[in-house]
Amino acid sequence: MSTATTDAPEATETAVPSFTVTFIIRRFDPDADAEPRWQDFDVEMFPTDRVLDALHKIKWEQDGSLTFRRSCAHGICGSDAMRINGRNRLACKTLIKDLDISKPIYVEAIKGLPLEKDLVVDMEPFFASFREVQPFLQASTAPEPGKERIQDVVARERFDDTTKCILCAACTTSCPVFWTDGQYFGPAAIVNAHRFIFDSRDDAAQVRLDILNDKEGVWRCRTTFNCSDACPRGIEVTKAISEVKQAIMRGKP
Amino acid sequence: MTTIEAPRSPSRPARRGVNLEKWGWIYMRVSGVLLVVLIFGHLFVNLLVGEGVKAIDFGFVAGKWASPFWQWYDFFLLWFALIHGANGMRTLVNDYTNPGKVQTTLKVALGAAVVVLLTLGTLVIFTFDACPAGSPAELLPSFCPAA
Repeated sequence: MSTATTDAPEATETAVPSFTVTFIIRRFDPDADAEPRWQDFDVEMFPTDRVLDALHKIKWEQDGSLTFRRSCAHGICGSDAMRINGRNRLACKTLIKDLDISKPIYVEAIKGLPLEKDLVVDMEPFFASFREVQPFLQASTAPEPGKERIQDVVARERFDDTTKCILCAACTTSCPVFWTDGQYFGPAAIVNAHRFIFDSRDDAAQVRLDILNDKEGVWRCRTTFNCSDACPRGIEVTKAISEVKQAIMRGKP
Repeated sequence: MTTIEAPRSPSRPARRGVNLEKWGWIYMRVSGVLLVVLIFGHLFVNLLVGEGVKAIDFGFVAGKWASPFWQWYDFFLLWFALIHGANGMRTLVNDYTNPGKVQTTLKVALGAAVVVLLTLGTLVIFTFDACPAGSPAELLPSFCPAA
């Protein structure tokens, strides 16, 4: 069995054509550069490769100083959100075959957060607004001793979409309101508030609704749908924000 | 020694009083729906009914404003549309400027323009007189008794 599987990839690899793709990457070295600069790299790629593989090839074979975050490389850890051809995407979920390789592929750091180096930004303001919405279960009643808190399928379905968030910041840094006004909570914080506001086991929905009914809260949302487009997990972010708006108007989830 | 804050203490103090962002948002939705009705009604009556667009002249406007219904219709159209547009401009100012002197100046100028236009517009709608008494006859429109 093991011999069969080792033979198979070799046969397919020769069949898959490779091609040269140009990447133009926005570099910034805080020790040397006053301003970020664009640098291009030619990389030999397969259509099945991802943008992250290209970054790896550049870092490992061409320029070891290229700096970017990545951890699991499978779209779960949320480390490698970046702006690819002007759209916020996870580098590990963007396939080369889905991009127009007749033109160079532009890769830059996500916007609206302080740039630290190359594709790495300071995520602290993002996590600060995440913490402000109290993203943890707060129940005022104790569960029956030795039992869990029971939730039926329908009540779980209510907030299922927003449980998928991986905090990659792709949505928040695609939001034009966030770009100009760093005080705005941003889509990701509202999505994570939504996950607890509509959880039947949670009793602090009112606290979170009050927090988001702020001058810099949900009302700044202009329903541009950039966040829904950017979300690598397919969360309907704009819909979640609208549901929080409606909950604030009703005064209860 | 560093102290760790209690996990549930809010880092922004809770705000008191009226939330203008919220009411601004609600106003945009409500006035938007009303404006669809008002604007299409306005266009229909002015451009399609009767002789259509050719009918619009000084006398047409004077005739409309002789009726309290059209006075109030245009009053609501003016107030809803101007404040709706100004609030949209305010969000644009928020988008394209940073908090500071420029932003404050732009917002004050916007507010002043709205107040002036609303005052003048309302004044014209309710005090409009097509045939003011004591005017020279050659300046009056043909349908005035003095002309």
